[in-house]
Amino acid sequence: MRILSGCEALREGLRDALRRDKTVFLLGEDIGAYGGAFGVTRGLLAEFGPDRVRDTPISEAGFTGMAIGAALAGSRPVVEIMFMDFILLAFDQLANMAAKARYVFGAPWTCPLVIRTPAGGGRGYGPTHSQSLEALFARVPGLKVVAPSTPADAKTLLDAAIRDPNPVLFVEHKLLYSLRGPAPARTPSRREPLGKARVVRRGRDVTLVAWSWMTELARRAARELAATGIEAEVIDVRTLAPLDEETIQASVRKTGRLTIVEEGCRTGGFAAEIGFRVFEHAFDSLDGPLRRVTCPDVPISAAPALEHAALPSVRAIVQAAAALVRE
Amino acid sequence: MSELDELAAYRLMLTIRYFEEKVEALFAQGLVHGTAHAAIGQEAVAVGACLAMRPGRDCVTSTHRGHGHALACGADANRIMAELFGKAAGYSGGRGGSQLMTDPALGYWGSNGITGGGIPVATGAALSFKMRRQRRVALCFFGDGASNQGVFHESLNMAALWKLPAVYICENNRYAMSMPVEKAMTVSGVAARAAAYGMPGETADGNDAAAVYRAVSAAIARARRGDGPALIECMTYRLSGHSRGDPRVYRTREEEAEWRRRDPIRRWRARLRRENRLSADEDRRLRGEARACVRAAVAFARRSPEPDPATLEEGVFA
Ligand SMILES: Cc1ncc(C[n+]2csc(CCOP(=O)(O)OP(=O)(O)O)c2C)c(N)n1
Ligand SMILES: [Mg+2]
Repeated sequence: MRILSGCEALREGLRDALRRDKTVFLLGEDIGAYGGAFGVTRGLLAEFGPDRVRDTPISEAGFTGMAIGAALAGSRPVVEIMFMDFILLAFDQLANMAAKARYVFGAPWTCPLVIRTPAGGGRGYGPTHSQSLEALFARVPGLKVVAPSTPADAKTLLDAAIRDPNPVLFVEHKLLYSLRGPAPARTPSRREPLGKARVVRRGRDVTLVAWSWMTELARRAARELAATGIEAEVIDVRTLAPLDEETIQASVRKTGRLTIVEEGCRTGGFAAEIGFRVFEHAFDSLDGPLRRVTCPDVPISAAPALEHAALPSVRAIVQAAAALVRE
Repeated sequence: MSELDELAAYRLMLTIRYFEEKVEALFAQGLVHGTAHAAIGQEAVAVGACLAMRPGRDCVTSTHRGHGHALACGADANRIMAELFGKAAGYSGGRGGSQLMTDPALGYWGSNGITGGGIPVATGAALSFKMRRQRRVALCFFGDGASNQGVFHESLNMAALWKLPAVYICENNRYAMSMPVEKAMTVSGVAARAAAYGMPGETADGNDAAAVYRAVSAAIARARRGDGPALIECMTYRLSGHSRGDPRVYRTREEEAEWRRRDPIRRWRARLRRENRLSADEDRRLRGEARACVRAAVAFARRSPEPDPATLEEGVFA
């Protein structure tokens, strides 16, 4: 496998989908000549033209709603929302129309739509450009939510999302764009089902569950824990909805201890959901309380001093997991 | 209508220009991180409009490109710069950064990270002013790009319907990030949209502070009389990139050069000099003062302390 950045891997994923399927088209602000705010669509306008790499006015509610209409009409739109924070302008369209159409109207309706969006903090962009809002969407029945942590997953899961007949929110962490790692040259010719977690690292003492950039932090924390003699198992859930409970439970049955890492705010976060499901179904295997490392219930500040204090850190993960093992 | 103080306008425009140039340099040197949007070339809109406000009574909402609006309202350059540095002495204590600061005493209701987000807020302020019979007016800055958001339509419709004391000031700088106006709308300009709401729509030369001042003053007077809102489209150009690191592939260097010839500050200075209202000495002094103000702001920001992480969870609720 070649080494690509997350950004390059996503660009390849989009390019392959555009080549493979004439009904795929891209829609979003500044995705053409500008190449997208983070450069993911750079070069695609030149290959596919302004019809299929379509720059929009600043009208998130409108063009997301239009993508839903286009998907219902048989196209496969891939929308870029420049920052995840702005998706709130289109929340209605996604929650009230895209997510419900299939369930309410039944066959033959499908809404094969992908919303790609950069999420997360760490770059000093401030309160309205740094949020991790995936938990809001994971609780809307009918929406799939994908949040890759590596260039390889970025490419293959994006391919799977575009082939999926359902609306998919595809969360791209801003720090993933520059993360380098192996990525397949070809995407699989068959659709990978969404909803499979990945065991990133094996370990017997404690399970660390994470997604998106937090998987990378959990991996680093596991390395530090190993140096102190604690073997952590790291699980990347990859898709919040549908959630692969089995992989998580199997791990907890082995380790008896669970720490969940979430970049978003604590209250009503997805860590709470994962933790509760383990409680419901694997309670007997637990050797101690559940722990979570999250952002506290505050907006993300622009100031580095406050942003760093708010976001989960490797150190906080190490401390939480180590405390659990020593309890 | 009172006269525009032309030297005050000149000093403010200079301060904004030097401030924004400094911010761009600080980013390039990596001394400030995150993001910021400079309003270089658009100083006349900010200054012409804000000097028409009644200080301490009227209010104005701004955009992501807000440093100039704040300075034109009389905001403290030190505290704006400290906010950009993420310091405790910044307007938002470092929490907001470039796109989120306010100075309520000056009626500066603040910048906004969500394109178009300020439009309904200004409209709601106008509603409250009217309901409480305060004879105050809400001004609202927004870009050509923001006028394509749904809230623009919804807000202007209600403002006209309820005859609210609001003045909508569109800064048409020809682009929304990389999107040229003519690829984002079919009408000739944003002012043309006013007709759809039954409110007056007017176009002003946004690179002439006096023209902006005249148009906004008239709209404010009208709104204060109770005759309802108006939309003023100020034609201007952002000479800088959209934000840090914008290679500006979506426009030509020739086009930029053409607009540089229409630089609002150079034009203003040339006219004041020609009409003998600004001596060479006075000009040197004003420029020196503006530069000193920006230098002092950087020094202030640098020596301000970082916000204390122990305060992280304070102030979520009032
Ligand atoms: C809801 C939302 N969509 C997109 C953006 C990203 N964005 C920030 S500024 C900008 C362009 C705004 O254009 P315009 O309103 O013309 O103002 P200008 O930048 O030209 O001053 C865009 C797309 C945003 N901040 N908020
Ligand atoms: Mg603009």
